[in-house]
Order: sequence, then C-alpha cells, then structure tokens
Amino acid sequence: MTAVQAPVRRISWQTRARNNLVPFGFTVVTMVLFAVFFVWPAVLGLYYSFTNYRGYGTAKLVGFANYVELFSDSDFYQAVLRTLTYAVLVVPLGFVVPLFISVLLVGPFCRWSRAAQILFFVPWLISPIVAGVIWRWMFGESFGVVNFVLSKVGIGQISWQTDSNLSLATVVIAAVWGGLAFNLLLFMAALRNIPRSYYEAAQIDGASSWRQFWSISLPLLRPTSFMVILLSSIGAMKEFALVQALNGGGPGNTNYLMVQYIYHTGFELNKVGYASAASFVLMVMLLVIALIQVRIDRRTELG
Amino acid sequence: MGDVSGERRLRRRRTTSRSLATTIVTAIVWLLACAWMFPALWFLLSSFKPGSELFSYPLTLFPKHWTFSGYVTAWERFSFARYVLNTSVVAVVTTFLTVIVSAATGYAFARYTNWWLRWFFVGILITTMLPTEVIMPSTFRVILDLGLYNSLAGIILPSVMTATGVFMFRQYFSTVPSELAEAARIDGAGEFKIFWQIMLPLARPIAATLAIFSFHWRWNDYIWPLIVLNDPKNYTLQVALRSIVGVDNINWSVLLSASIISLIPMVALFIAFSPQIMNANMNSGLKD
Repeated sequence: MTAVQAPVRRISWQTRARNNLVPFGFTVVTMVLFAVFFVWPAVLGLYYSFTNYRGYGTAKLVGFANYVELFSDSDFYQAVLRTLTYAVLVVPLGFVVPLFISVLLVGPFCRWSRAAQILFFVPWLISPIVAGVIWRWMFGESFGVVNFVLSKVGIGQISWQTDSNLSLATVVIAAVWGGLAFNLLLFMAALRNIPRSYYEAAQIDGASSWRQFWSISLPLLRPTSFMVILLSSIGAMKEFALVQALNGGGPGNTNYLMVQYIYHTGFELNKVGYASAASFVLMVMLLVIALIQVRIDRRTELG
Repeated sequence: MGDVSGERRLRRRRTTSRSLATTIVTAIVWLLACAWMFPALWFLLSSFKPGSELFSYPLTLFPKHWTFSGYVTAWERFSFARYVLNTSVVAVVTTFLTVIVSAATGYAFARYTNWWLRWFFVGILITTMLPTEVIMPSTFRVILDLGLYNSLAGIILPSVMTATGVFMFRQYFSTVPSELAEAARIDGAGEFKIFWQIMLPLARPIAATLAIFSFHWRWNDYIWPLIVLNDPKNYTLQVALRSIVGVDNINWSVLLSASIISLIPMVALFIAFSPQIMNANMNSGLKD
C-alpha cells in the first residue's frame, strides 16, 4: 500500500514545485518592481496622509487633520470639480469622434482611406508637452491663428487664455485632438474583426447603413468601447503634461487639475503629508470610476 | 422586356447612390483629416518664419521669408544632443526591459495557475486603475531612499512594469497550443529554456508591437522625469521643452523650432514602423 502511494506523492510534489517555483522564476522581477514601486509607495503614502511630513525631518502623526483640512480647502474642491468637468467633456468627445472617423475609414465608401489614416495619425507622433505648445500657439489671444480667423470673419478676438472656462475648452480640444490616434487604432482593429458577411446579410434584408451601425457594429464593439471609455476616464483624471504646456493650469490656479494640485502642494509647497491625503482622495475617485464602469459593463452584458 | 429595363434602372440607381455615398464619405473624411493635420502643419510652417513675422497680422500660412534662425538659436542655446541622448537611453533601456519582463510574466500567467498567481494578476490589474502618478509624493520618497534621485535609473526602473505589456503577452501565449511545450519537455528542455528558445521567438510580433508603444510612452513621459531629475544635464527632451514654456516671456521662435526638433525621432520611428503601428491590435492586450 505505502509502496504504491510513495511515487504518487513524489509526482504531486514535483508538480507542485513546478507549478510554484517555475512561475515564481518567471514573475519574480515583476513582483519586485510591483512591491517597490507600487505597494511600498501606496503604504507609505497612506501613512504620510496621516502625518504632517514636509519632505525632510521626521513625520509627526496628526490623525485625520490633513483630510479635514482638505475637505475645507476651496482650492481642492476647485481642482476636483475642474478635473471632473474636464473628464465629463473629454471622455464622450474622445469616444464619439474616433468612433465616427473609424467607421467611415473602415467602411466601403471612403477613398484613399489609408492616406487619410496617416493624417489622423500625426498627433500620435506628438508628445503631450508639444501638443500643449501647439495649441497654445493656435489659441494665442493676440497672435494665434484661431483669433486671427475669428476676427477676419467678424466674430472678434476671444479670450482663450484669460477666461478660465475657455481656457479649459482649449485643453479639451487639445486632448481630443491628441488622443484620437490611439482610440482610432482600437476601434479600427475591432471593426476589421467584424465579419463582412454580417453586413451583407443585413443589406439583403434591406437594413440602412445607420441601422447596420446601430445593430451590428456598436454591439460588437462593446468590449472595445468599454476599454476606450475606461482608459480615457483614467487618463483624463490624471491629466498633467498637456495642461502644463498649454496654460500651466491658468489663468491663475483656476484650471489646476488633480495631479497638478498634488504636484503643487507636495513638491512646490513641500506639504507631503497633505498632498498624500489628496492623492488618496484621487485614488478613491479613480477606483470608484473604474468600479462603476465595470458594473455598468457587466449589467449591459447580462441585459 | 420591361422587367429587364426596370432591373437595369434599379441597378443604375444603386450605383449612382453608391458613388454619391462614396463622394460624401470621402469628402467628410478628408475634410476632417485636413483639419486634424492643420495645427501641426501651421506649427511647422510657423517655425520657419523669422521672429518679426510670427506676430504680425495678417498671418500667412507660408512664411514670407523662410529662415532657419529659430533652429540655429535653439540648437545653440540648448544642449539638444544631450537631451536626445538622455531620452533615447531611457526609452531604449526601459523598452528592452519592459518587453523581456512582460513576456516572462505574461507567459507565467498564461501557462500556470495557482492561488498566488491569481492574486498577483489582480494586483497588476489594479495598477492600471491606480497609476503611480497619483501617489507621486510617496513614490518620490521611495526613489530618494533607493538613491535613484537625479539619475536616469530613477525614471527607468519605475516604468519597466506595465500592465498592458503583461496582458498582451498573456493573451498571446494562451493561444499557443500547450503541446508545443510538452514536446520540448519530453526532449528534455527545461521550463526556462522552453520560454527563451521557443516561446519568446514565437511571440516576436507581440514583442515588436509592445516595443513600439513602450518607446512611444517613454519618449513622451513627463511627470516622472520632472520630479526625479534635478540637474539640467540629465533632463529629458520633454522636461527641457517645458523649461522653455515655463518662463514668463516665452521665446516663441526658439520654442517652435525646439518642439519640432524633439519630434524628429518619433517621426522617424513612425516612418520605419508605420505598418506595424497602424495595424497594431492593442485590443488583445487590453480587453481582458
């Protein structure tokens, strides 16, 4: 009896070793990086958020004081509100525009679509910093081409830099412009994967182009749409570089978004504890956004 | 007879409506494409205008006097060669490490199952939703403690791990039949040898796609270099550019040409790899 069991146990030990040691060998580098650059900062940040740490010396625990201060800080509310406004504008636009263009590009009616695609890809080559510079140049109040054209057609000069809402609008335009190529890539790849026969069958049944888009393309694009919306909402919530180059969060501090607010308090004012508390609020917001979207995605899948 | 002509008329109507649709769609697409191109084109052409022409109304699309003076000043005043070198080192080294590390991790996720791998996968998933940008102040402390402050390694190491890369490889390796590995195992090949000599070469297309995108991300990175690098000698291009925009009185002539110079490497990359870039199916990595 034992003679029979022994080899069985040895094999299972070997398999177990193979199932643990080998994958450990493959993942150990990622695990170290994950621990050092994700878990450690997250734990440290949570600790700092309860201290008055200023980047040097010792950190003194202050309980929830940072969070209390944060929630009575009008600059913080302004940054949160500005970030949410920005996301609410950028995400739908950054979804609809690439979807529309990709449907036209992949569809049977567009001539020279390959060449057009290259033109749409130009912003992909441009970093957020340079994209910000380009749009700053376009929207310059007294020298930009946009105001030049507007004054030519009789609308007159518009204060793109000194009005905080218009200034945010320029950031939205720049973000949709710069983000198009990547989302276009996602949509076009997904659209090309839809079998042509679906559309042919729909055509025989007399379905209009709009109907075909609504009943074939859109439902089959769902996983991609979910991905695009999730990635662009996260991207919008942590926007920084583009704003830095376009208007520096101005005029004044009216267009500070969350990451810039954290950067400003943490690195320019050295309030590390306070900035860490703000970081955790942003983290919770991101998590809530992601969870809501996963939830909606799952529900529509069932329904 | 009537039947035939009716059918012909119908077919003709269908071809005219088809060609009408083609005309309209093509017009819309090209109008949009030109609009999309315009800001970049305007910027490029402006960079060849002399300083006096930049701000004098009426503006013209093409410079009245073409000049490279902005480029000359930018090249003389900023150590571009240095910034390009720094950025290239960061982008190339990070990309190389990212591809190897993502491939190994993705392979493990595709081939093996056990409880801690499952948890680790969830951990990786969370990093996409909670990017390290949001915990900058404490990550900066970690960088300081590790002695990576003001060094290129300080921006390379934190960005090696990318969830997207891991997911792309996991997705790909889970489509490779396991018989392939079994056969090699019977021939006496070890697990790591199987990965290195059979699996990694198989995944070359995925590696290429990830390499291109990783290079692109790292070339454009801004926030980490800004925080970690202190000495202008170590600046990457993006941080150096920002130092021109950040001042109160922007020298537009220099800024325009400096920005254009910073784009040249990406344009070259795009020209070299445009088929791979435009046909890249990023869905595979991002979907699950």
